[in-house]
Amino acid sequence: MNGVHDMGGMDGFGKVEVEKNEPPFHEPWEGRVLAMNRAMGATGIWNIDMSRHSRELLKPTTYLAATYYQKWFLGLRNMLLERGYIDADELEKGHALRPGKPLKRGPFGMKDVERVLNRAKFGRPTNTQPKFKTGDKVRCKNINPATHTRLPRYVRGHVGVVELNHGTHVFPDTVSIDGTENPQWLYTVVFTSQELWGADADPTIKISIDAFEPYLDPA
Amino acid sequence: MAHDHDHDHDHDHGSELSETQLRVRALETVLAEKGYIDPAALDAIIEAYETKIGPHVGARIIAKAWLDPEFKKALLADATKAIGTLGHISRVGDHLVAIENTPKTHNMVVCTLCSCYPWEMLGLPPVWYKAAPYRSRAVKDPRGVLSDFGVALPKDMEIRVWDSTAETRFIVVPMRPAGTEGWNEDQLTEIVTRDSMIGTGLPEAKRPA
Repeated sequence: MNGVHDMGGMDGFGKVEVEKNEPPFHEPWEGRVLAMNRAMGATGIWNIDMSRHSRELLKPTTYLAATYYQKWFLGLRNMLLERGYIDADELEKGHALRPGKPLKRGPFGMKDVERVLNRAKFGRPTNTQPKFKTGDKVRCKNINPATHTRLPRYVRGHVGVVELNHGTHVFPDTVSIDGTENPQWLYTVVFTSQELWGADADPTIKISIDAFEPYLDPA
Repeated sequence: MAHDHDHDHDHDHGSELSETQLRVRALETVLAEKGYIDPAALDAIIEAYETKIGPHVGARIIAKAWLDPEFKKALLADATKAIGTLGHISRVGDHLVAIENTPKTHNMVVCTLCSCYPWEMLGLPPVWYKAAPYRSRAVKDPRGVLSDFGVALPKDMEIRVWDSTAETRFIVVPMRPAGTEGWNEDQLTEIVTRDSMIGTGLPEAKRPA
């Protein structure tokens, strides 16, 4: 979706503010939000792309004003409400008013902690052949789905060169909708800054994205 | 945790944050009462990120690569596999890609769409990595971004920005600074900063005390 989360190339946000000796969490609730997200994700009731999309769906004004963990809180709450795992009156009261629903992988407990500290695997072997090889010129398609995609706006319609082939991976654009993994070839595609930002751009800069094959046409 | 309501960072939004705090607590209570989560398991996740997983993990990998050319070669060829051979030095996810800085090319990593980051190597991403100024400018004006970090690179050095738009994760292998000849792995690990592995900093040869 063409949301405000797709920030590459936007102007006006100002300087990068670096905090010296930044702690992992600034407030205890931030850690609770991170851990609740990990835990509920591990129960198998949604996948990581659905969870990314839940944050992209926040209103642009909310997205820009909220801190990182406030966005994570709102995304998590919305997914739980929409899927009926909790109800608004329960949040209001601060207590469960009805029994829980069954979870795909069962409740999250101590035995599951190690599992969420390791990154999930997204490579999925297929018997398909890659359409592109290293060195091929490719043009990113001009697609504008209202749903989740990992093709940022700033590369759409632009020509780059395939640099790496990462194998076949879960395709975010479909898995975020209904869980269909639909594995696709994934490539690192590199662009010159002039291709992306025009003739005046600094010629010493190159930018790459990781692009799934359905995002690309031969060029 | 050592942080309380009066932490400097939060002065401007004190009341807003305390409301968030209440809402977060309500959500956790509901999830626990419904039997979805064990709060003690949440404590364990938080503790791991506060005490075990952080940039020191990645720093040791970089120090090893500086000292052992064979390991460096393997790391650049397949970082997940190479780190896997070190035994239980750290957890490492699939599709970790190590990218090497050279006298000709400087690498920098961003996630313009969200906050993708090699957590298992560097811990939780800093606030600036997840915030709009970095995400918006890194792909268009990386030299300007680097100057916010006090880093000035030669004008003719190529800058390569890697936007983490999939489940691949990138870690920068910085150049070993001059003046570190003869240093051991522990000494080298000390000078590999988090930012140098994201590409927004450079390690310096300050001998650890």
